[in-house]
Amino acid sequence: MKILVAVKRVIDYNVQIRVKEDGTGVVTDNVKMSSNPPDDNAIEEAVKIKESGKASEIIAITVGEEKSQETVRKALAVGADRGILVKAEGIIEPLAVAKVLQKIVDKEKPDLVFMGKQAIDDDCNQTGQMLSALLNWPQATFASKIEIKDKALEVTREIDEGLETIEVNIPAIVTCDLRLNEPRYASLPNIMKAKKKPLEILNASDLGVDTAPRVQQIKVEEPPKRKAGIKVANVAELVNKLKNEAKVI
Amino acid sequence: MSSLLIAEHNNKEIKSFTLNAITAASQIDNDLHVLLIGNNCGEVAKSLSEIPAIKKVLHVEAPYYENYLAENFAPLIVKVSENYTHIVSSANTFGKNLMPRVAALLDTSQISDIIKVISSDTFLRPIYAGNAFATVKSNDAKKCITIRPTSFEPCEITGGSAPIEKVESMEEFSQSKFIKREEVKSDRPELGTARVVISGGRGMQNGENFKLINAVADKLNAAIGASRAAVDAGYISNEHQVGQTGKVVVPDLYIAVGISGAIQHLAGMKESKIIVAINKDGEAPIFSVADYGLEADLFEALPQLLEELNKLNTIQK
Ligand SMILES: Cc1cc2nc3c(=O)[nH]c(=O)nc-3n(C[C@H](O)[C@H](O)[C@H](O)COP(=O)(O)OP(=O)(O)OC[C@H]3O[C@@H](n4cnc5c(N)ncnc54)[C@H](O)[C@@H]3O)c2cc1C
Ligand SMILES: Nc1ncnc2c1ncn2[C@@H]1O[C@H](COP(=O)(O)O)[C@@H](O)[C@H]1O
Repeated sequence: MKILVAVKRVIDYNVQIRVKEDGTGVVTDNVKMSSNPPDDNAIEEAVKIKESGKASEIIAITVGEEKSQETVRKALAVGADRGILVKAEGIIEPLAVAKVLQKIVDKEKPDLVFMGKQAIDDDCNQTGQMLSALLNWPQATFASKIEIKDKALEVTREIDEGLETIEVNIPAIVTCDLRLNEPRYASLPNIMKAKKKPLEILNASDLGVDTAPRVQQIKVEEPPKRKAGIKVANVAELVNKLKNEAKVI
Repeated sequence: MSSLLIAEHNNKEIKSFTLNAITAASQIDNDLHVLLIGNNCGEVAKSLSEIPAIKKVLHVEAPYYENYLAENFAPLIVKVSENYTHIVSSANTFGKNLMPRVAALLDTSQISDIIKVISSDTFLRPIYAGNAFATVKSNDAKKCITIRPTSFEPCEITGGSAPIEKVESMEEFSQSKFIKREEVKSDRPELGTARVVISGGRGMQNGENFKLINAVADKLNAAIGASRAAVDAGYISNEHQVGQTGKVVVPDLYIAVGISGAIQHLAGMKESKIIVAINKDGEAPIFSVADYGLEADLFEALPQLLEELNKLNTIQK
């Protein structure tokens, strides 16, 4: 079985982002970048499946600028076998990413595609569902547990009401929640080894995909700030304030 | 121009966020129709037809529509969408799972999780866990939009009499199968719509200690939330998680207990009207968004809170 894992390079989740003064976006210069956290869970799951002998190859793919290679290298360092960078500039919307991934799926013919449930920069939560639509494959979104059966997966999904279990036939798309597993760290020797693993570089335009945004970003601004509050001395004061000042209890 | 709202329901009742989505959708376009896909859901069709904002209910039934598999819903929505400019649903796990599948089939770039309708093609949405707001304009002919339910009031539910029109079902998608849903039944208000929410974090130390939270919640008729750390540690189940990758809540009163206030948690609660933080670390970031901060050990503060609440003659419900 072959598993394709889509990984995105994003501003590290620990960074307090800053909005650019001209309203065109957020500051990315000299800001720490990392792989999108749930994408680490997607890679981890693929590696575990390979270690259990049920997968033969893991391909990590990203769509983005040249530097996104780092994210693919990281995936290689934790166990992916080879990588693909599909180069494209600027904001690449989920629909465009899904179209690029569709082309790669047509070429590589993976049995499974693992992705994160949500990118923590655009917070779109779309790409996996879009790819499965384009391929007409089943989708198992927000996965917190995956069990491999004969030619199918049983997936536990996190939903608003609690948990849901579905069975999807292979080939399928899975989007991963952070609770799916505990991603491992790359060891230094593995980081070195990853440098020698193959990484293919393609251009989105060569694949025939137009990645120009369809949604125009008119303005990015800071959200309204909350007024600074106060510290109360004790619980009695707290309850008094809630009752008589805020009038919420 | 007409908009089509995809109703969320459990075949017996409308799910409450559908009412918020109706408000958002009618701000986009007041010729609003609703598509109800389900199984034996005639009662839901009737309730929808009584909502004044709805001009028409499209109703389709089949056994395989019972469990809202996106693979079954999406092609049907695409077919029905021919006559509509906007397809709308709420940005909860129902809409998040479904809408992108529809958008891709329509070759539309979806706009997720809007918090404001600026015009019929321009919307405001949070990005980076709510640390920035983006104003975005869709240039697609057909627009697929999910709305953040807590940013819109629920609509009126009585007084309307929209016609109900039957729609033909489509073929079943055979590659996906629903197996089971484990819903946690609770007598408490729903987290997403509760007037008061009290949440516990890693500071609670274990699941057993959540009984301290429960006692206060009982008193305040509050829903119970949690940080991701508390859910990950198994103190409480996943549907309680508040934050960037959990639920967004906007109660009148949010009480964060033993929660540090990571940006991913703030993403889910910082729009609350009044925020209270109880934390023993005076430097915890949660205090920067709290209207009332109490620097204290929660194991002392929570019993005291209950005691003080017991002294009150009346408590708002
Ligand atoms: C991609 C991504 C998405 C995420 N999504 C979410 C999300 O949706 N929701 C979410 O909540 N988190 C989310 N997180 C996790 C987030 O970054 C934090 O790790 C998490 O919110 C921390 O939870 P916590 O505040 O309970 O724990 P901690 O940060 O460990 O804080 C515990 C707090 O309890 C206090 N405390 C301890 N003992 C006591 C006591 N006896 N009395 C009083 N106070 C005490 C401590 O002072 C401390 O401030 C996400 C992370 C990532 C990377
Ligand atoms: N540019 C990209 N390159 C590779 N994968 C991506 C890219 N954008 C999104 N993805 C994948 O799609 C998931 C969901 O992203 P989104 O729909 O943007 O929230 C991410 O977790 C990734 O797995």
